[in-house]
Amino acid sequence: MPYDLGIPGQLTLALAPDLVLLGGAMALMLVAAWGPESAARQRTVGIGALVLCVAVLAMVIAVAIRQPSAANGVIAVDGFRWAADALFLLAAIIAIALSIDYNPREGILAGEAHVLTLFATGGMMLMAAARDLMVLFLGIELMSIAVYAMVGLNRRSPRAAEGSLKYFLLGAFATAFLLYGIALVYGATGSTNLAEIGERIAALGLSRSPMLLVGIALLLVGFGFKLAAAPFHMWAPDVYEGAPTPISGFMAAGVKAAAFAAFLRVWLEAFPGVYTEWHKAVWWLAATTMVVGNIIALQQKNLKRMLAYSSIGHTGFILVALAAGTPQAATAFLFYLFAYTLATMGAFAVIIAVGQSGGSGDRIEDFHGLWHSNPGLAVAMMVFMLALLGFPVFGGMGFFAKWYVLQAALQAPAPQTRLAIILVITSTISAGYYVWVVMVMFMKQRATDALRIPPMPAMTRWVVTASVALILFFGVYPEPLVRLARASTAVGIAPVDGGPASTAALQGQ
Amino acid sequence: MDRTYLPVLLLLGFVALNAVLIVALSSLVIRRRPSPVKDSPYESGIPPLGDARERFSIKFYMVAMLFIIFDIETVFLIPWGVYYRQLSCAVPMVNNVCPAGNVSFFGLGEMLVFMAILVVGFVYVWKKGALQWD
Repeated sequence: MPYDLGIPGQLTLALAPDLVLLGGAMALMLVAAWGPESAARQRTVGIGALVLCVAVLAMVIAVAIRQPSAANGVIAVDGFRWAADALFLLAAIIAIALSIDYNPREGILAGEAHVLTLFATGGMMLMAAARDLMVLFLGIELMSIAVYAMVGLNRRSPRAAEGSLKYFLLGAFATAFLLYGIALVYGATGSTNLAEIGERIAALGLSRSPMLLVGIALLLVGFGFKLAAAPFHMWAPDVYEGAPTPISGFMAAGVKAAAFAAFLRVWLEAFPGVYTEWHKAVWWLAATTMVVGNIIALQQKNLKRMLAYSSIGHTGFILVALAAGTPQAATAFLFYLFAYTLATMGAFAVIIAVGQSGGSGDRIEDFHGLWHSNPGLAVAMMVFMLALLGFPVFGGMGFFAKWYVLQAALQAPAPQTRLAIILVITSTISAGYYVWVVMVMFMKQRATDALRIPPMPAMTRWVVTASVALILFFGVYPEPLVRLARASTAVGIAPVDGGPASTAALQGQ
Repeated sequence: MDRTYLPVLLLLGFVALNAVLIVALSSLVIRRRPSPVKDSPYESGIPPLGDARERFSIKFYMVAMLFIIFDIETVFLIPWGVYYRQLSCAVPMVNNVCPAGNVSFFGLGEMLVFMAILVVGFVYVWKKGALQWD
């Protein structure tokens, strides 16, 4: 039963999960404001936000099972959108659960922290759904403005203020690039609808139009910033270091995933006709990002900064899948993001558990000899590090994530052999800092003046345990997830089938 | 070359020439007799009282920000008001009249939703005490 997006009621139905989330967030905003700030109120709002996220996740799954569809419109109704939504909601659930314990410890009593997470998630869901550049812009702004504020939540921390201001100024700058890109693409094609842009590029033979190519380049800069792809990555380490730790995780996982989901849809749905042109740019973006992220990460002494550079490196790995531009790549992309979200947010959860109030616990020395004082945490951190590295078995699904990306890159109609080689080499380099963390945890002695690590609060414990369990389970038995990812991308972003292969056909005409 | 924009180019050139001419002429022809009053930035205003770069209370920023947010709703209200008759008609209008039996509540509903969202923001601001000066 396809939706007719021209009818307001049907459009509302197609947007139902997003609307429920945003409506619930507004209600919780009032709950947060209804009395003075306190730890108890913060917790109430947090639990409310968790319940809301789980409810919306259930709703997304229920909708996805019915497999609704829609004719071309401003909103996509396809499996890719539901899979991406589930991913964002997972990141939001983890971030909120961690924040409930972390925020009072750091003296952040504002319940609005969780509400902002919900608004940001709503923006992400809109980004994954957008089939029109204006809706996409709306989603990006809804997400970004909430995240700017989330970074600066800790008002007493100068580093948080620095990170927040940097992110805001550079983000506003990147938004200008994005908007100018949208304007030029509209100027060249006369439409903001992704499918229409794709059709007109093919029909009007615009693949050499300078206005279109400049527009695509500006869009690439805007997306590159949100993805933290080198050379647009400068903000990431400062912002991840300054932000409250759960929010760093949320940004590394959720914000990046949302930018990728939108990027994938725009590039594969609107611009397959200029594949040969944008492929070069994405190729260099992927190669630079992998090299820069992984090499600078080697130098980091602060774990949050290291994870920031590691997340830059992972952006590069995912861009390899994108450069291939096939449905298989979209499947690999979803699987990768799921593994990456669990491992990154898990690692940030361990940093929270190791830290004391006042924002410590993110230096590498804090992890020296963790095995001797807290074996459980050390083993969990080891799993997350190995998953990020892509180590077989002990790294769980991290290995398969990289495997599928490599497979997608090599089996594409235009094989990305050189990118695949760079991926393998930089992955090896990344062992230098991932395994280093494992090494200091197990083989160094705990400093005698190290503070005792307090018992883990319930929520953090749940997050760490569940992440480890999921990573290991899907590492042994990835089939169900792969099948799910494949089903999501088979129905969704249909024009992906007209990726490089049909582009070649078009140019042959 | 696209000739459509030629008048714009001519106008730009004329404006630039005009500006240069006026400034140049007045500096060539003028007789200079400076005085402290003439040299002050606002010849006919209040004498300046020190540096403008001092710290302001954050309350001013709060009020300015809230003003912008609630002022922008008017920007959305006006086009809605202009277009209201078309929005409340489920089919295209005939001679600026909605065919009988096709009146819909779409336009009204959309604005009510918009207003409800604004009211939520307003109540939040109120409850947070941002509207109180002290």
